[in-house]
Amino acid sequence: MSLKTERMILNMGPQHPATHGVLRLEVEVEGELVIRVKPHIGYLHRCFEKHAEAMMYNQVVPYTDRLDYLAAMYNNWGYALAVEKLCGIQVPERVEYIRVIMGELQRIASHTVAVGTYGLDIGAFTPFLYLFRDREKILTLFEMTCGARMLYNYIWVGGLSHDIHPDFVRMTKEFCSYFKPIVEEVNNLLSFNKIFIERTANIGVLPAETAINFGCTGPVLRGSGLAYDLRKDDTYSIYNKFDFNVITGTGMMGTVGDCWDRYYVRVLEMLESIKIIEQAIDQIPDGDVQSAVPKRIKPPKGTVYTRVENPRGELGYFIISDGNTNPFRVKVRPPSFVHLEVMDALCRGHLIADVMAILGSIDIVLGEVDR
Amino acid sequence: MYEFLYQLLGNQILAMFALACIPLVFILLYVLFAVWLERKVSAHMQDRLGPMRVGWHGALQLIADFLKILQKEAPVSKDSDKLLYNIAPVLAFAGSFAAFAAIPFSSKLIGSEIEIGLFFILAVSSFVVAAILMAGWSSNNKYSLLGAMRSAAQIISYEIPTALVVLSMIMLTGTLSLSKISDMQTSSFWNWYILGGPGVGYPKFLLIPFMIIAFIIIYISTLAETNRTPFDIPEAESELVAGYFTEYPGIKYAMFMLNEYANMFAVSAVISILFFGGYQSPLGYFGNILHMNWMIPFEQAFWFTCKGLFFVFVQMWLRWTLPRLRVDQLMTLCWKYLIPYALLNLIIIGIISLL
Repeated sequence: MSLKTERMILNMGPQHPATHGVLRLEVEVEGELVIRVKPHIGYLHRCFEKHAEAMMYNQVVPYTDRLDYLAAMYNNWGYALAVEKLCGIQVPERVEYIRVIMGELQRIASHTVAVGTYGLDIGAFTPFLYLFRDREKILTLFEMTCGARMLYNYIWVGGLSHDIHPDFVRMTKEFCSYFKPIVEEVNNLLSFNKIFIERTANIGVLPAETAINFGCTGPVLRGSGLAYDLRKDDTYSIYNKFDFNVITGTGMMGTVGDCWDRYYVRVLEMLESIKIIEQAIDQIPDGDVQSAVPKRIKPPKGTVYTRVENPRGELGYFIISDGNTNPFRVKVRPPSFVHLEVMDALCRGHLIADVMAILGSIDIVLGEVDR
Repeated sequence: MYEFLYQLLGNQILAMFALACIPLVFILLYVLFAVWLERKVSAHMQDRLGPMRVGWHGALQLIADFLKILQKEAPVSKDSDKLLYNIAPVLAFAGSFAAFAAIPFSSKLIGSEIEIGLFFILAVSSFVVAAILMAGWSSNNKYSLLGAMRSAAQIISYEIPTALVVLSMIMLTGTLSLSKISDMQTSSFWNWYILGGPGVGYPKFLLIPFMIIAFIIIYISTLAETNRTPFDIPEAESELVAGYFTEYPGIKYAMFMLNEYANMFAVSAVISILFFGGYQSPLGYFGNILHMNWMIPFEQAFWFTCKGLFFVFVQMWLRWTLPRLRVDQLMTLCWKYLIPYALLNLIIIGIISLL
């Protein structure tokens, strides 16, 4: 006897508690088994690239905030680096140090959200709120510096919008010493929880080869065991002055490149970021942060591509200049967009519950996917 | 209890009605308290305050919420199976409400003194499965359907380890009546079945480890039966939005929640009866010391509620600490681990009880 079975199309999203924004996943399921996953994007499309063409170079910075709204500092930074390279602007040492500190604080803030919401996807609510409490402390530091908590418009072409607050150094040091035990706590509560490991180890295994073929970068690629970090491999700013490790997945709980590895890479990266901040915070030289900010940006004709290690991976800006005060074309290479394409390859043959585990482990931000 | 009410009211139907109202009122009051407790427990575990505005520490918040839920419109989606859709919440609640009929709150306060109380509770509480399947199917929603299917599979599977543990308890006590089981564990906590029961001599001490195993097994499986974390897979919010009651608004949704919380108390009550002396005080009664016998049933009801609420609290504690298992892992846990261990435990307890 053969039973007639039918495949069911399950639309996850655009409004769904686990899609981290407005993403629609068209999941083809056979019972609970996933046959195919097709992400539908575009619900958050805001025409960033087209907008940028109508703006002057320095006016684009606030728009870059809204790409990856969990790592706005890094988006500013990437764009500023691209324009500085195009114009040949050399920024003061003090600016570089502050940028590195802000960037790494932003990385921690972004990873706390990634780690916390990942716990939420698996069903653990409490670590999520613990980490949000600690992210709040970083946001306070940002607020103190530039007045904004989420969309900073802080890193300008050639400099920064504000100098750091007199209390900033002390409070950042306090945060660093406060945050290290928190990572330990998260590990006890979530990372080494038996149920959590059961849910994430050996799930959504991404071999390094596949990861490279799809163009994955950042924690997703490092989770697959490849030590590739733009801060080391294509160093920018002053990252070569600091001593830190590139964390890679080791397959500690299962296979190299599974969800748990990707998750744990993020947890450990938070500690590495703390390390960088601690090295940088004592060495900030004096100076004026706005001395190199140009009054009017009019780069020569040409193209430029810069890439930075955003918390999610390689964030690239490709800018074509036609010699005017506004860019001819700005193209963003967002890591989340690239990572979303791996979904189908990772999800096939897993259960519906694993789709959430996998989606959470590649940690996308829809603002960046759609732009 | 019925006789007392019959004498008071002088009418059989009225007396029956009044008798049925006691657990209902208890459930409603308890649910108001439990939902508030859940919110406070979760809040304090997560460095939050929880409801603070309405009443003392938000004590009246739930009344406000309930009034809001009552006022909500209850639209029914076009393609749903109206009859099943409307019956399901009522049926779900009826199942867990019926279980309260056989739960002895004290030696006097018991809805119906039936000899097969334990069996009755197991039977009516699995009634909920039918309601959940109805809800999932009639909602005409894919998430609801998936949630209902998972739920049915889960509840039915976890009935087995529960039943096996209950069976071993029946072997020990020789009765299915809950108030008799409670009465066996009288006088002090040393006579509780978690500590080997009222017996004397070495079999009692031999029993203790196996009783603890039995308790752990039944606690895990009742967690699964009430769909609580880490087994809240049917209503896994990050996967299935809200599972089988995704499509239910307003008071019908409240009925499902009422069922969930009532069920939590019912299973906690059964566990406290089987292992922790039921309504028996762990220390003794003030009524005996003060020679006021009328006080004893009230004290018993107090102890019973305390024990029940304690296990409800542990369920909440687990919910806000642990992540959620996956469907297949849930089944693995049940069929590969809990059932064999429960069976083995049953045999060992059987042998010891023969000693």
